[in-house]
Amino acid sequence: MSPRREQGLVRPYVVTNGRSEPSRNTFDLVTLVSGVPDRPLQGLTPEQRRLVALVSRGSLSLAEVAAHLRLPVSVTKVLLGDLVDSGHVLTRAAIPRAQLPASQLLQEVLDGLRARL
Amino acid sequence: MGSVPGSEIGGLETAGVSYLGDGVRTAVKLLVTGHFAVGKTTFVGTLSEIEPLRTEEPMTEASVLVDDLTGVPGKQTTTVAMDFGRLTLSRSLVLYLFGAPGQQRFTPLWRDMALGALGALVLADTRRLEHSFPVMDLLEEHGLPYAVAVNRFDGAPEFAEEELREALDLLPSTPLVSCDARDPASATRALISLVEYLIGTEARLEHV
Ligand SMILES: Nc1nc2c(ncn2[C@@H]2O[C@H](COP(=O)(O)OP(=O)(O)OP(=O)(O)O)[C@@H](O)[C@H]2O)c(=O)[nH]1
Ligand SMILES: [Mg+2]
Repeated sequence: MSPRREQGLVRPYVVTNGRSEPSRNTFDLVTLVSGVPDRPLQGLTPEQRRLVALVSRGSLSLAEVAAHLRLPVSVTKVLLGDLVDSGHVLTRAAIPRAQLPASQLLQEVLDGLRARL
Repeated sequence: MGSVPGSEIGGLETAGVSYLGDGVRTAVKLLVTGHFAVGKTTFVGTLSEIEPLRTEEPMTEASVLVDDLTGVPGKQTTTVAMDFGRLTLSRSLVLYLFGAPGQQRFTPLWRDMALGALGALVLADTRRLEHSFPVMDLLEEHGLPYAVAVNRFDGAPEFAEEELREALDLLPSTPLVSCDARDPASATRALISLVEYLIGTEARLEHV
């Protein structure tokens, strides 16, 4: 049995400002994040605005978003959850469901690495 | 793709950021792990197409207690850092490499790195092979398949493959390669060995 198959969804448990809640949205470090153009920014906190601005030009993984904003991953997940709910950003699961089986994905990784030699 | 110069809106945030290609649909991750100073950051930096990035996560008091840092009096919080890099492998596929410190086992950051990872490359140093044990135990606890790459440090003792396998207590199926984390071709070949092994593991599982 493959542990990877059982793992499936990430269940992040986040703690911010004494507020502790399991996020409704499940994010992976390599969940892809992109901005939704032309959404009004009123009501967003400065940190939410920074996140929206960062992904307004293209997509990045959640880990890259956290690093560029110099925020812990746990905090970035909370910001992202709120911004997905408000329609300011879109996230794409790291590995789309249609992408299975894993062997095909691994083969693509292998081909990509071999092409670099 | 490529760096976008900052401009009016969000210029501060986007200056110097290297975005993913428009066609990227799938992101996979591999861990590059190993004990202190074994070459994790070097390995990730050698292969990454972007300047490697770093995030830090505050560690809770509870994690500190179970994490063997209790020797530091009065220490309540500390941070765990990981560095990571990115390799675009095709128009639609990107690979992230996470340099995962081997010593901080019960942290949420380790959980984040391990969940969904395809596998791990364990870097080892022949001057202190036994320091790799906790790292391999940790991967086995997380159910992550791994290959071992012996980093060739100058002046480090050389061993025959059989001696290394025995010293590291590897399963016969676990790949063991040697690499120089500073050399892109050598580091790439180490990852290729890992992915070939993952494909073999996957094929066996699909036939059960
Ligand atoms: N000779 C040789 N030196 C290496 C190799 N890889 C790394 N080094 C050197 O080893 C030292 C430690 O490398 P790092 O990449 O910082 O190791 P690390 O595992 O990230 O260290 P920590 O994050 O502190 O645990 C650096 O001075 C590197 O230049 C290698 O393959 N060969
Ligand atoms: Mg390092």
